[in-house]
Amino acid sequence: MDPTIALFLAQDGVTNGAIYALLALSLVLVFTITRVIFIPQGEFVAYGALTLAAFERGVLPQTAWLALLLGAAAFLDDLIRLPDRRSPRRVLAALAGDVGFPAAVLAAAWWAAPRHLGPLAEVPLTLAMVASLGPFLYRLVFRPLAEAPVLVLLIAAVGVHLALVGLGLVFFGAEGFRTAPFSTAVIEAGPATITGQSLWVLGVTGGLILALWAFFGHTLTGKALRATAVNRLGARLVGIPTAAAGRIAFVLAAFIGALSGVLIAPVTTVFYDTGFLTGLKGFVAAIIGGLVSFPLAAAAAVLVGLVEAFASFWASSFKEVVVFTIIIPVLLWRSLRSGPAEDEE
Amino acid sequence: MSEPLFALRDLSVAYGKIEAVRRVSLEIGVGRIVTVVGANGAGKTTLLNAAMGILPAQGEIRFQGRPVGGLSIERRVAGGIALVAEKRELFTTLSVEDNLRLGAYTRPRGERVADALEEVYALFPRLKERRRQMSGTMSGGERQMLAMGRALMARPKLLMLDEPSLGLAPRIVKEILRLVSDLRRTGVGILLVEQNARAALRIADYGYVMETGAVTLQGPAETLARDPRVIESYLGFSDRAA
Amino acid sequence: MSALSMSRLPATGGPVRFAGLAILAAGAALPLLPGVPEFWITLLNAVGLSALVAMGLVVLTGVGGLTSFGQAAFCGFGAYTTAVLSTVHGVSPWLTLVAALLLTGAAALLLGLLTVRLSGHYLPLGTMAWGISLFYLFGNLDALGRHDGISDIPPLSVAGHALYDGRSVYYVIWGIVALAALATVRLLDSRVGRTIRALRGGVLAAEASGVDTARAKLVAFVYAALLAAVSGWLFAHVQRAVNPTPFGLNAGIEYLFMAVVGGVSHIGGAVLGAGLVLLLKDQLQVVLPWLFGGSGNYESIVFGGLLVLLLQHARGGLWPLAARLLPAPAAPAVDPAAEPLPRRSLPERGRPLLEIDDLQKSFGGLAAVRNVGFSVAAGEIVGLIGPNGAGKSTTFNLITGVLRPSGGAVRLLGSGIGGLPARAVARRGVARSFQHVKLLPEMSVLDNVMLGAHLRGRAGVLRAVLRLDRAEEARLRREAAVQLERCGLGDSLHRPAGTLALGQSRIVEIARALCLDPLLLLLDEPAAGLRHAEKQALGALLRRLREEGTTILLVEHDMDFVMGLVDRLVVMEFGARIAEGVPADIRNDPAVLDAYLGGIE
Repeated sequence: MDPTIALFLAQDGVTNGAIYALLALSLVLVFTITRVIFIPQGEFVAYGALTLAAFERGVLPQTAWLALLLGAAAFLDDLIRLPDRRSPRRVLAALAGDVGFPAAVLAAAWWAAPRHLGPLAEVPLTLAMVASLGPFLYRLVFRPLAEAPVLVLLIAAVGVHLALVGLGLVFFGAEGFRTAPFSTAVIEAGPATITGQSLWVLGVTGGLILALWAFFGHTLTGKALRATAVNRLGARLVGIPTAAAGRIAFVLAAFIGALSGVLIAPVTTVFYDTGFLTGLKGFVAAIIGGLVSFPLAAAAAVLVGLVEAFASFWASSFKEVVVFTIIIPVLLWRSLRSGPAEDEE
Repeated sequence: MSEPLFALRDLSVAYGKIEAVRRVSLEIGVGRIVTVVGANGAGKTTLLNAAMGILPAQGEIRFQGRPVGGLSIERRVAGGIALVAEKRELFTTLSVEDNLRLGAYTRPRGERVADALEEVYALFPRLKERRRQMSGTMSGGERQMLAMGRALMARPKLLMLDEPSLGLAPRIVKEILRLVSDLRRTGVGILLVEQNARAALRIADYGYVMETGAVTLQGPAETLARDPRVIESYLGFSDRAA
Repeated sequence: MSALSMSRLPATGGPVRFAGLAILAAGAALPLLPGVPEFWITLLNAVGLSALVAMGLVVLTGVGGLTSFGQAAFCGFGAYTTAVLSTVHGVSPWLTLVAALLLTGAAALLLGLLTVRLSGHYLPLGTMAWGISLFYLFGNLDALGRHDGISDIPPLSVAGHALYDGRSVYYVIWGIVALAALATVRLLDSRVGRTIRALRGGVLAAEASGVDTARAKLVAFVYAALLAAVSGWLFAHVQRAVNPTPFGLNAGIEYLFMAVVGGVSHIGGAVLGAGLVLLLKDQLQVVLPWLFGGSGNYESIVFGGLLVLLLQHARGGLWPLAARLLPAPAAPAVDPAAEPLPRRSLPERGRPLLEIDDLQKSFGGLAAVRNVGFSVAAGEIVGLIGPNGAGKSTTFNLITGVLRPSGGAVRLLGSGIGGLPARAVARRGVARSFQHVKLLPEMSVLDNVMLGAHLRGRAGVLRAVLRLDRAEEARLRREAAVQLERCGLGDSLHRPAGTLALGQSRIVEIARALCLDPLLLLLDEPAAGLRHAEKQALGALLRRLREEGTTILLVEHDMDFVMGLVDRLVVMEFGARIAEGVPADIRNDPAVLDAYLGGIE
């Protein structure tokens, strides 16, 4: 392997690693706040990529219909389950958020799709559609199970994964898509060739991590989320509604997933079921971080990306095997450090 | 007679088939300290948790003349009820000041949190010294102060304290209880659950004694403090035990 | 012994046996009946193959509270092992079964060892990664035919007859399912089965009874993997070809789905779930492509939605609904004639049994126990008292190996036990009860207490499956019944433990502790929640135990109870010992009065 190839692989690894880092961050976020091991995180990636691809082809992405359907279901579910929220003002507010918003996005998408307005219009619409799936899924699936053991939440998450992959097939078909790159620039830096697209990925990832850092470190809502993650009862005792915290966690997770999808769509061909493997690689990183540490998870994600890149060079058909085997020494290390643990449930 | 600030009427709490609290009634007036004392396992903590809405309960809970038994914890906090739990329940990876600011989470946005913060710092100067410190690294007494400060940030009208003396050295207990006693002047009603009966009865206006889930004795604090049955129920220091 | 003989219940009733036989006969006759479509047989064969895997998940997930998404990968292990051996090396399929079991067992053992000591969710995540890795490994190894797989696998043959068609292999499949069900029932109703069931009640209580919980998890995990391997082995010889697809992660998820649909805690649920899911899948694969156009795994949409709805509304699955029609299974009878278990020799009365020296424990800089020292002589009852938060429970946990001391020594009959794991301490004869009762609410009182006698039996998985453990089980059961009777609960043997009042549950914990045949009994607030008469009975029981030579150390807040019972008291405050002596002295000790009533002047 000469240095040019090594640098190319490293660039590829770091770029993918950045995406895994974003996914790992959302997984840790969702787990610490809601105890849900959110297996379908990767589906948001595929939905993000394929929704944008649909816009590029001038087709209305059916994701918009799904968002509206789930929103309407969530609205009706609240109406039935939460009798204390039936004051006209609250019902109207809920109707606007749960049905009005996805309906508006659907209308905008309907109008925009055939007009090929370009990424500046299409990317925000994509993000709005996919991000709204997160909180609706939380309310329909996970909030009713809020008191259930982690294991039950995990199995429910797998159920959501199954349903989303199946729906992805219905919406986007079995064909894979790739979108136009944001940038076709190529920068020669000594022996290395840096593509504009990887700069985009790294730049957006970096920006997002900074934004998250600012959100969690410097806003009351961000701190309230951290507080919920550290001590759920304590959070309730200061009046932080844990359901709202869960909803925000899922909005963030779905948004980050969709953004990751938009970023990788020009580099990789995305199929309706691609997201699962991508999400699981984020999981490998999150597990290395013990499902609680953000910095460890992010660092591990870059490692996963690098291992994947180099494995695809040396043993391309065993790439996935190698990546998922990283988890074994990590589990061994964690296992040796811990005594017989009393599970929380 | 006007309605008390806070009242429980025939409150019962059951864990499955086991009744941990049986038909307890009590009242607290504005600016009063009411204490519930009793041995471990008497149901005191369960009583507070039910009053806060952490546990489901039978019976009536009234606050400022309105029933609050059906409200979520968040709504109770926003309405002016605060609980300092036995385990403090701090946000250990957040700074002291962040813990306090989150205490004001239910206050209307835009209200000056800084004023409330200054008031809490005035009450607990030690918290001000440590405001940048992570709360998980503080000593037991400081944690108790922080938990109380955090609860006060919501400007509650009723403050419930669960065993504030738990695990603290006598000097610190004394300091904490003096602070509790001082709080009365701000008009807040206080429900103090304590195992440390003598200390609790010294600062309280009125007291209830709980045994195996029920109130067995009640009266003005100074009367209770002299009642031999209180001492007996704690230590079994009566002759019949010999 | 009156309650013991009373507790004998009639053996399994006639109607149940009759219904069972009728179903069995119908099942056996089915392929022989003319007009039964081939499709039914194929479907039933597939149901049998899946039911085997789902049955493993019943043990692992439903009973043990762990889960795996990687069961399909274990099927793949079994299938590929036999595929390679029988096609390339021409080994007889019946011999490759042994190889498949050994190989899968070894793989499961390795993976299990990595994860069983971690908290619950690492195992499913680990199995997910494992499922994906293996899928790609199967699909990329030349020796395994890459994505095309291996074909021309020979069929099974019985007595020289090759079983080519579905109708003949039907009997093999369902014969194996029946054997697996029998083995699983026997495993769960055994000494090892109790340890797997105990996993859900928390690790601490099981370890305090001397159970190696990591081992129990491992047994459940390997057992489930072996059932999957058998299924895979059968699959290879029924299909006569293997490729990676049926062993991927989605298949692994589907097996879990079957178990959840059927009822993950019931063996019958595994069969029911496999049947329902496969039938539904078959129908959906007809309806959905027509609905959506095109082709693909559209059924996963319905499966995913159903899974969520089931978890929200019927977490126990459908079997409990079906099982309502069946009579409740008879509780196992206690055999009063079973030979009593041998007992430990007790140390001579008055000899120092437990010695604690300069014991220390701090949690992140906060000292919970500071230089505590006291000793307990054989045949004594010593009370450990002090206000809330004084460090009494921490001291208990340090003695019993739940926590590791930061310093100091704990000696039992002169040999150090400080820092040993809880089950090693239990093995040396220290038994305990818990302040927060740790019983399995759905398990009978008797079975809960039998767990306490774990260390006094030997039988392992093999003996359980072959039913060579019955004599030993009868002895353990008798011991449990005797201890319960002694504690005054002789009439509650077969009630689910969750139906007892709190006070009675504490007594069940004492009975469980007594089953260990302890030298030293540690009781954490045994009288809390008891009524007056029950307290008196408990006091009488503890005095009787003392007369019989058992040494007792107890934490208790009810001073009436303690003062009249104990020989000596140790008083703690702020993690330190502040007084020690006979009750009469303690109650006049100013430091003690101060600690309890508050020294704030």
